[in-house]
Amino acid sequence: MNKTPAAGAPPKRAIDIVNASLKRRYARERRFRFIGLSAVILGLSFVGLLFADIIAKGHSAFVQTYIQLPVHFEAAVLDPDGSRNPEVLARANYQQLIRDALRTEFPGVTDRRETRTLYSMISVGAPTQLRDRVLANPDLIGTTQDVWLLADDDIDMLVKGHIDRGLPENQRRVKDQAVGWVEQLEAQGRIAKRFNTIFFTNGTSREPELAGIAGALMGSFYTLILTLLFAFPIGVGAAIYLEEFAPKNRWTDLIEVNINNLAAVPSIVFGLLGLAVFISVFGVPRSTPLVAALVLTLMTLPTIIIASRAALKSVPPSIREAALGVGASPLQTQIHHVLPLAMPGMLTGTIIGMAQALGETAPLLMIGMIAFIVEIPSGFTSPSTVLPVQIFLWADSPERAFVERTSAAIMVLLAFLILMNLTAVLLRRRFERRW
Amino acid sequence: MSTTLDEMTVRTRATTSAELASGRESRETVGDVTSANPRMVCRHVDVFYGSTQAIKDVSLDIGKNEVVSMIGPSGCGKSTFLRCLNRMNDTIDGCRVTGSITLDGLDIYDKGLDPVPLRAQVGMVFQKPNPFPKSIYENVAYGPRILGLTNSKAELDDIIEGSLRKAGLWNEVKDRLDKPGTGLSGGQQQRLCIARTIAVSPEVILMDEPCSALDPIATAIIEELIDELRSNYSIAIVTHSMQQAARVSQRTAYFHLGDLIEVGETNQIFTNPKHKLTEDYITGRFG
Ligand SMILES: Nc1ncnc2c1ncn2[C@@H]1O[C@H](COP(=O)(O)OP(=O)(O)OP(=O)(O)O)[C@@H](O)[C@H]1O
Ligand SMILES: [Mg+2]
Repeated sequence: MNKTPAAGAPPKRAIDIVNASLKRRYARERRFRFIGLSAVILGLSFVGLLFADIIAKGHSAFVQTYIQLPVHFEAAVLDPDGSRNPEVLARANYQQLIRDALRTEFPGVTDRRETRTLYSMISVGAPTQLRDRVLANPDLIGTTQDVWLLADDDIDMLVKGHIDRGLPENQRRVKDQAVGWVEQLEAQGRIAKRFNTIFFTNGTSREPELAGIAGALMGSFYTLILTLLFAFPIGVGAAIYLEEFAPKNRWTDLIEVNINNLAAVPSIVFGLLGLAVFISVFGVPRSTPLVAALVLTLMTLPTIIIASRAALKSVPPSIREAALGVGASPLQTQIHHVLPLAMPGMLTGTIIGMAQALGETAPLLMIGMIAFIVEIPSGFTSPSTVLPVQIFLWADSPERAFVERTSAAIMVLLAFLILMNLTAVLLRRRFERRW
Repeated sequence: MSTTLDEMTVRTRATTSAELASGRESRETVGDVTSANPRMVCRHVDVFYGSTQAIKDVSLDIGKNEVVSMIGPSGCGKSTFLRCLNRMNDTIDGCRVTGSITLDGLDIYDKGLDPVPLRAQVGMVFQKPNPFPKSIYENVAYGPRILGLTNSKAELDDIIEGSLRKAGLWNEVKDRLDKPGTGLSGGQQQRLCIARTIAVSPEVILMDEPCSALDPIATAIIEELIDELRSNYSIAIVTHSMQQAARVSQRTAYFHLGDLIEVGETNQIFTNPKHKLTEDYITGRFG
């Protein structure tokens, strides 16, 4: 059925064929761009939704309610023998001062139950606040000062509007009487919301108004520093060896397959391994940044090795030949020429690994990072927790005030992630060859 | 060592006129592969990339104060052979070299031999310009610096200026030595790579099409350089320009599909080739 073209027909020019298909090709291109753009917008809108939700829930945690009361620093209570001895001052009964101040403020309250409600308006942390003031300035003794005292978390929630004043009394945590007192104080301008420094300087606490993320933050910081110190050199070293020096044979293939497998192992397995090996066999103290870092190193190593090998692969072989050609040793070739060119890729991989480590929770639960630790960790071997575990713990707490703190802690975690990724971009810019 | 080399069978043979007349294309090397005063001696070199053989039983000497040019159609294995001479093929996975290659009587493929000093001694200009992504100055300074050839900055500066001058690049770059070497034009990059190679004063220089991207003026400068270098060193040059081979080399080797077809005095190869393939190639009937 072969037809020979009619003798008279003009030969079809290539450009006509090209023009005929042009419209279809452009349509395909537009379609592709549209799909790509929609994917980006969809992704961004989910991220936006997530951020909006977290910020809406968490922003109020960055302020804290304080109640202003005239406190009389009674010399008889604080310093009965007038010695101004700091030890005596530190042990004095500051709670007494606050209770006295409250009773003076609301003289009508006599009933025992009501008195207890009244006292509970002020946080149990307020006496410490007063003690620190007196220790810093003993001249306060004997005077009366207007002091902003930390409010209890229920009052805080009421003031922030998280407790609905319209609900029947038995359905809310703050009784009518206390609501009345708060309204009275609000009218006098003696209730104020101030920036919540406690949230950033304290460790965790059973009392929401005293709970902060400093402990978890420091724990995360120590953990990440150690993880970086362990994982980066080992990962990059392994990558260079495997990519540049190791002979390509069945063994290196096996190693490669296993590294890729490790990257896909559920992280909790690394936690179990850490428990079994680091804690049980090597006796590394549990709940410490050290053991957390060891576990996270295992977890991030595959990521770093894979990214670093890809970065090394992308360095053109002609650069290696050029260096070898003038008599550089293989190691010099690597350090002087290949590494600087591969560094941006390696750093990206490392930061991704670190970000993964910063957000990791499951394996750390296995090695005791879930312990309730109030103190801010002071080193690599002091008991501590980390940000994501703190978030997990707070999210599990029943108090309403912990809800906003959970979101606030997530915001801090996200801020650190963004900071780390920003560092990655900046480092990459710095290392990237501009030619 | 050298005595054993002398005893090695060197496959030189006179091609019978009957063979030539019949036009039978023999793949045995025609002509004398030896050099009176050899620096590098290659015997029965085979090179394999995986299972494919790129160089088949090639024997060739590179003499002292001699320029040997290698010509042949694209893909015939010139670069591959050249890269054997400073063990640059070691860097290619799956590349295997057999046979013997000696430099001053020492087997360069000996297990105990360190290729690092070898490559400082046998320098190479690559087919594709490959400057480091660093400044022009650093490109040339790198070799002398890591090899510890200089004691002071002034000495190093002298070497750099000298090398760039010899490569005919100095006037173009003297005001921008701190600018990236990769920002130069293709031909300038090629000359930069030549300067980088001669900066470490190698005794044998392997040049893989050093003038492929150069204009006639720059080419003339490089050819002058090659001539000058010859007084002290040995040079092997791959080129696609028959005129260039004729101008700069004393001996010429013609490669064809991995075989070394013919070796001889440059003059003789271009005026009176013995092998049919050589003749076809230089007269433009092939390649
Ligand atoms: N890295 C490599 N892996 C596999 N085969 C290769 C490799 N390099 C070269 N070859 C093959 O070896 C043969 C010789 O290549 P070579 O580069 O030596 O040719 P050439 O003579 O230098 O050619 P040209 O004049 O085009 O540079 C070719 O068939 C090529 O395909
Ligand atoms: Mg070539």
